[in-house]
Amino acid sequence: MNYHSPASFAEASRIAADASGITRFLAGGTDVLVQLRADIVTPDTLIDIKKIPGTGAITRNADGSWTLGVAVPGAELGEHAGLVADWPGVVEAMNLVGSTQVQGRATLTGNLCNGSPAADSVPAMVAASMTATVTGPNGDRTVAVRDIPTGPGKTSLAKGELVSALHIPPRGENAGDAYLRFIPRSEMDIAVVGCAVNLRLDGDTVVEARVSLGAVAPTVLLVEDAAAAIIGSTLDDAALDRLAAAASAACKPINDKRGTIEFRTEVAGVLAKRVARIAYARAKGEIIKGHHG
Amino acid sequence: MALDDLKTKDFAFVGTRPNRPDGLDKVTGRAKFGADAYAPGMLHGAILRSPHAHARILRIDTSKAEALKDVKAVVTRADFSDKVEFAPGLEGEFWNVLENVMAGDKALYDGHAVAAVAATSALAARDALKLIEVEYEILPHVTDVDKAMLADAPVIREGAADYSVPAGMHPNVVRMHESGHGDVAAGFAEADLVIEDHFTTEATHQGYIEPHACLATLGMDGKGELWCCTQGHWIVQKTCAALLGIETANLRVTASEIGGGFGGKTTVFIEPVALALSRKANKPVKLVMSRSEVFRATGPTASASMDIKIGMKKDGTLTAAEGIFRLQGGAFPGGPAEFTAMCAFAPYSLSNVRQVGYDVMTNRPKQAAYRAPGSPMAAFAVESVIDELCNQLGLDPIEVRLKNASREGTKASYGPRFQQIGLVQTLEAAKAHPHLSAPLKPGQGRGISCGFWFNHGGETSVSLALSEDGSAQVMVGTPDIGGSRASMALMAAEVLGIPYENIRVTIADTATLGYNDVSHGSRVTYASGLATIKAARHAVEKLCERAAKKWGIPVDAVKWENGCAVPSGPNAGDFDPLPLADITANMGQTGGPISGHFEATPEGAGVSFATHIVDAEVDPETGKTRVVRYTVIQDAGKAIHPTYVEGQYQGGAAQGIGWALNEEYIYGEDGRLQNSVFLDYRIPVASDLPMIDTVIVEVPNPGHPFGVRGVGETSICPPLAAIANAVSAAAGVRMRNLPMSPPRILSALKADG
Repeated sequence: MNYHSPASFAEASRIAADASGITRFLAGGTDVLVQLRADIVTPDTLIDIKKIPGTGAITRNADGSWTLGVAVPGAELGEHAGLVADWPGVVEAMNLVGSTQVQGRATLTGNLCNGSPAADSVPAMVAASMTATVTGPNGDRTVAVRDIPTGPGKTSLAKGELVSALHIPPRGENAGDAYLRFIPRSEMDIAVVGCAVNLRLDGDTVVEARVSLGAVAPTVLLVEDAAAAIIGSTLDDAALDRLAAAASAACKPINDKRGTIEFRTEVAGVLAKRVARIAYARAKGEIIKGHHG
Repeated sequence: MALDDLKTKDFAFVGTRPNRPDGLDKVTGRAKFGADAYAPGMLHGAILRSPHAHARILRIDTSKAEALKDVKAVVTRADFSDKVEFAPGLEGEFWNVLENVMAGDKALYDGHAVAAVAATSALAARDALKLIEVEYEILPHVTDVDKAMLADAPVIREGAADYSVPAGMHPNVVRMHESGHGDVAAGFAEADLVIEDHFTTEATHQGYIEPHACLATLGMDGKGELWCCTQGHWIVQKTCAALLGIETANLRVTASEIGGGFGGKTTVFIEPVALALSRKANKPVKLVMSRSEVFRATGPTASASMDIKIGMKKDGTLTAAEGIFRLQGGAFPGGPAEFTAMCAFAPYSLSNVRQVGYDVMTNRPKQAAYRAPGSPMAAFAVESVIDELCNQLGLDPIEVRLKNASREGTKASYGPRFQQIGLVQTLEAAKAHPHLSAPLKPGQGRGISCGFWFNHGGETSVSLALSEDGSAQVMVGTPDIGGSRASMALMAAEVLGIPYENIRVTIADTATLGYNDVSHGSRVTYASGLATIKAARHAVEKLCERAAKKWGIPVDAVKWENGCAVPSGPNAGDFDPLPLADITANMGQTGGPISGHFEATPEGAGVSFATHIVDAEVDPETGKTRVVRYTVIQDAGKAIHPTYVEGQYQGGAAQGIGWALNEEYIYGEDGRLQNSVFLDYRIPVASDLPMIDTVIVEVPNPGHPFGVRGVGETSICPPLAAIANAVSAAAGVRMRNLPMSPPRILSALKADG
């Protein structure tokens, strides 16, 4: 195994482009090192990107958007008051990953690029319309977060490409986001179903919404029918029922050790309602702390 | 076995709560566990495991692995003793263990060891495994207990059944137990309501936090040293010696500190393999299991399929009870069907009772003991039916249990008459407990259950030696799995009359003490405690002799009080009390070192009962359960160190919550274990548990000098049932299958409409 710690993303991209065999990028390492130890993946080339300048930064841009370095751990997101105020759903989703110790290392970018359909932060990032800068042999391009995972363990990143920054749009007024996952325990578990909602209000009426589901299909889903079900409503019971039905209808889950098709489909709707209520309350200015489980 | 010298009150040390002697080492990381041993020139071992549930091993080619520079030894079954041969029935246990630690002709489950490597590093050993070629002929497999009994089920091993199995049963049924008394048919006829129902439980793992680990050295001279984490190093010594074909005394085994066992470390898995590697490489070999190996290849408990039929009169009197218990114990005989059957109805005084147990083999890892093996699942089935009878007849569940409770003199469902027991006292304490009358919130339900375990005595040997300064060292042979060193020191302090802090208790290795049975059967505080008390009394006799000699009076004119020899009465003479340290100060000149010793197989363990009260809350939209309140009430006989008794109560309840709600071995269609890591094998995390309240009931056990009953196992007997009764009440639908996972509860709620 060859270990590299390049000083720039361009250099990281070059090393990856020239490498043969299995290449892994190392930031927090909470997937890569675990897989290495468990003898699941032994990379031929390990490229440590957390020494690249700026990878640990959380930046609020002039237009109110945010730029997140690829090595920012979950714990730092959770301790950033401004980010938590703007995007509580994105932060709470990331903070659900693993334990306190894991939070000290694990990153949004890693959670995204690991390609797990059950990744907690990804539905929240998709609902938040987040984008990624991808650096490759031909320079940088901007890609929607939802277009990066393509299936379990797979991404759309080409050889030599890596995520070099994440971007969250400006929060704007009267808006809120939230994420909930279902796990049988209270923490230290993996989502059986995950759901994120990001919405904006005009008065009491939902005028924009994005609803995203995790762990119910090979990739995280953006469910446009579910969003349509609540846009124009005041999130009344009828709208919530339509939301639940649309969320359940979008599910294409599997039966596995973590849950059944029937259960995931049902609970996706239940969670969608619960998450939408939290996002709605946040859009109204209420402070609702992150939920564990 | 009632003891004449039973002491049940006026204790000076017993019943206090000093810090445990191993506490500082454990909280500072200084304690040495299984994987903490190192030796000069040490190699690292790794084991190749079958990916198939059932396969004939046609060929193993280890040549590529052996050709590696870093590889110093490769072993397969051919490297073990040829003296260990198969014998049918119980006599064949050594053979079963050998077959389990290294597969012979067939791999019998996913994870079954087929070869092992010792190399200069753990990574080199792991990589060398990939070069071993094994040719398998895949055979049909079965992992479900009911399916394993069907006529067309694949046979795990022909001829494994013993004499107890009736003709015509499937060869996978290897043992049958039947017991009871009275006429159950007549009993059911007397009942106003008879409920018959079917229940299942899944296999669960003890989930000890420390994976198995050992360091083995076996020389060409046939002499060996073994360091390992185990609940009993003499059984390790005996078993490994047999499997390696050496004399028992030539293998010295030392028990490390142990990070949990719960019954799962009462046998061997990697130790004989490490010894075989060491013998072949002529170097020390360290072997440490991964968590995945622990799940796939050590012993979870059995899964169960159970039919229960119980009759009750309108006034709550039980008229008859019958149970059929099928226990899946993996690819070897030994499932605890007998215990399941015998424990099932033990809490109740029944005129008509019959229980049948079947031990059934499947393509799963060989089950191992898990805290009251067999009893929790029986209680789940039986206490669910009793709960349902109470519901349908509108009766109070505590009153019904009190009405039918076993008491002193009751003929137990499994045969003998009970001596002094404490079930009624636990039920009375439950009745009086504020938990039972606390209001429930909407969506919550309350459940109660009783539970029973036999407890055990076992071979025990303890030595105690006094130092010149008057301190004492106690050598016991039972690894400390629950704070027992503190309890031993308290009991020795009580007899000697010296401070707790002046007594050091050590777990002696196999070369420095006589044979000791494993730390199992909740026996340690009972049996090693009894032996410690007797060894201390033995030393006290010698101390009194020295005082008598000094004073020039007969020894029977001297007695021991508060740590001093004193004249036994006014006629004995007028001498100042002679403290222990004054006698030991010059013991070298007054007759030599003073030690005490005791060895026996005590038979008076004293059975134990508990009653648990549980409140559970079910989310009707997701089926998720939260245990919101939990109270354990259990008879301890006498709590030597109440904090560690409470710890046992809480631990049993916590493991029971996991077993009831989310823990299970999940097998795929391919017979492979799907969830061999803690991410997907869902033991409760701290935030899943409420504070578990405890009530210690003390009904002295006449078989122990201070009245002790074992407490470690009974605490896991009631939880499955108590939680199931609470969840069933909260959900409004009877839950008959464990675990009561959210998908299962949600589906039951949907089916119920």
